[in-house]
Amino acid sequence: MHNNSIIFLDFASTTPVDPRVVEAMMPFFDQMYGNSSSTHQFGQLAEHALEESRRIVADYIAAKSSEIVFTSCGSESDNLALRGVAFAERDLRGASHILISPVEHHAVSNTAIQLQELHGFEVEFLAVDQYGIVDPDDVDRRLRPDTAIVSVIHANNEIGSINPIGEIGKICRSRGVCFHTDSVQGAAHLPVNVDELNVDLISIGAHKFYGPKGVGVLYVREGTPIYPILTGGGQEQNLRAGTHNIPYIVGLAKAFELARSGYKARHNNYIQMRDQVVNEVLETIQDSKLTGHPTQRLPNHASFIFKNVDGNTLLMMLDAAGYACSSGSACKTGDPEPSDVLTALGYPREWALGSLRVTLGQPTKPEEIDGFLTALPDLITQIRELVPH
Amino acid sequence: MSGGVDSSVAAAILVDQGYDVIGMMLRLWSEPGTDSVNRCCSPEAMAQARQVSAQLGIPFYAIDAQDVFFNQVVDFFIDGYTQGITPNPCLRCNRHIRWEFLLHHALAFGSDFMATGHYARLRHNNSRIQLLKAVDREKDQSYVLHVLNQDQLAKAVFPLGEYSKSEVRQLARNYNLPVADRPESQDLCFISQGDYREFLQRNSTLTANGGLILNTEGETLGYHQGLMNYTIGQRRGLGVSSRIPMYVLEKDQANNTLIIGERELLGRDTLWAEDVNWVSIGLPADPFQAQVKIRYKSSEEPASIYPIDVGKVKIQFDRKINGITPGQAAVFYQDEICIGGGIIYASE
Repeated sequence: MHNNSIIFLDFASTTPVDPRVVEAMMPFFDQMYGNSSSTHQFGQLAEHALEESRRIVADYIAAKSSEIVFTSCGSESDNLALRGVAFAERDLRGASHILISPVEHHAVSNTAIQLQELHGFEVEFLAVDQYGIVDPDDVDRRLRPDTAIVSVIHANNEIGSINPIGEIGKICRSRGVCFHTDSVQGAAHLPVNVDELNVDLISIGAHKFYGPKGVGVLYVREGTPIYPILTGGGQEQNLRAGTHNIPYIVGLAKAFELARSGYKARHNNYIQMRDQVVNEVLETIQDSKLTGHPTQRLPNHASFIFKNVDGNTLLMMLDAAGYACSSGSACKTGDPEPSDVLTALGYPREWALGSLRVTLGQPTKPEEIDGFLTALPDLITQIRELVPH
Repeated sequence: MSGGVDSSVAAAILVDQGYDVIGMMLRLWSEPGTDSVNRCCSPEAMAQARQVSAQLGIPFYAIDAQDVFFNQVVDFFIDGYTQGITPNPCLRCNRHIRWEFLLHHALAFGSDFMATGHYARLRHNNSRIQLLKAVDREKDQSYVLHVLNQDQLAKAVFPLGEYSKSEVRQLARNYNLPVADRPESQDLCFISQGDYREFLQRNSTLTANGGLILNTEGETLGYHQGLMNYTIGQRRGLGVSSRIPMYVLEKDQANNTLIIGERELLGRDTLWAEDVNWVSIGLPADPFQAQVKIRYKSSEEPASIYPIDVGKVKIQFDRKINGITPGQAAVFYQDEICIGGGIIYASE
């Protein structure tokens, strides 16, 4: 039977929707269901909710309301940022060079690669250190007059490392190149202030911070050259056509508000539990390594690799034992491949296939962590015996 | 679980009986460079198994067995043809992949038993567990399960053994499960395109080394295209003109010759088998009478079984039979009990 008492330790993949968020969304399904583009009062109520949500999001990231574009998810935000800016910059000034890190989410990297393969752009990858962190000086060296856009992930989903976005942004700004960051993970836990981060574009997705799936934000700094990629009606300053998904946008704003208030207190609580996980795993399990930076990382994020362990089998056995975790090469079809991120960090296959990601959330209790840390070493031993190397 | 009717119903029966069930599927090796996938675990099959599991409210896991399947089964298959026999990879898969690799995973996942959709039954008889034919004799799969040992049988559950195929289909309808069959496990699941001959050409260093076709008198009748392309009892495609139909009698690996002859020469009444597993009984001291199957789908033939050495038997049939093929299993039955079986290595 599906285990109802299974403990969720995969909050970087998604989060439960906060009941206060659900409550805020509900009236917009069947009471205030108007189309925000309509003239009548139904439309006006919807438009009010939309603009109020926009204001809330803008306030929390120190942006203007007019710089907030609602999208259907973080991936769409990444797509709009890269495609929209790349095409506009090529038209405006012939720029065709795209600079990204090798540890981007696929929403960024696969978009960049398609721009290269189908549309003639040239994609260059930045270097990263052993923790998957970009050196701002490397950005400086690789920037070219024809660079259309630079994109560096704020906090990596797989290994949790946080990039020096503010410094990279400063360099891009001084060179007059658009700078995007995917903060789908970061925005749930880190301060997001568009001026401190020196960014022109930021991607955010609601379901990482106890909001609903299927709604996101792209912040677009005023004056950024960008084309829409979803054309139609003139919604979202002509940058994203489609009838506004009001209940989800309201949910995103409410969830963001809740995430922003009191995140520092949660932060310290997370770090305490995270460091317990990191320390005990490295202590109790032979041939284990932390992936990503030890301190410059998401507060709720612990990630590891284990030598000669099939990461997929580990996830399945953890699930059967009552713990839902993730890995860099998560694959439910039994066809394991090392992840691009771990490969970029230079880990050999016998390490990179054995990855595990443990991410904590608001419901996580210390005793759940204790139970997990008790169960894990035995499972690792069993897997190593199952498939001897 | 394969997503097909049998394993789905097997899972449903166990859920119904109150067992705490998890679904597992093996991800098996398939030929690289081809679009095809292993037929036992195609994306469609996996999606179906996933859906069935969700419908039954059980977790589902796909276990990567690609390396071990290649090493234990595919390599063995290629090796067998290299040695001139007709290997049975399904027996090998049951012994080493399903009932070793997968069983060990199931136990590591906290399971007490492993159930499959095989048509067979188990009976506890004093201290031993006996493997019995399925109630549905048409569907009986004890032939491929004869390789199991007592430890494996102690962990095995066959929920379908008491049912007929039509009852299983009816159960599937009652449970609102898919009723379509997946391809029988007897297929060579890992061969993506064409038949095994093309597979061997693509995947082995075995070159089709042509040679003479002789009759039993040693007279040359023609030329063969490499012994691996022929199987005992084969009539078509010999390229020999003859007034009467000629059949492959023997593949003489040492001399690289193919011996052919008339149909009545195919008949043999003695075979030798090795790698014998006594699935339901202890090591027998004396010869005994049994019914013997020389292929999964062949009829049973009365015979005497003579244990001749550790793991070896000589089987004397009451009459001459056709199609005894080295590499296939001879499996012995007494009434409904599967006594054991071994791999045929010689006949006369």
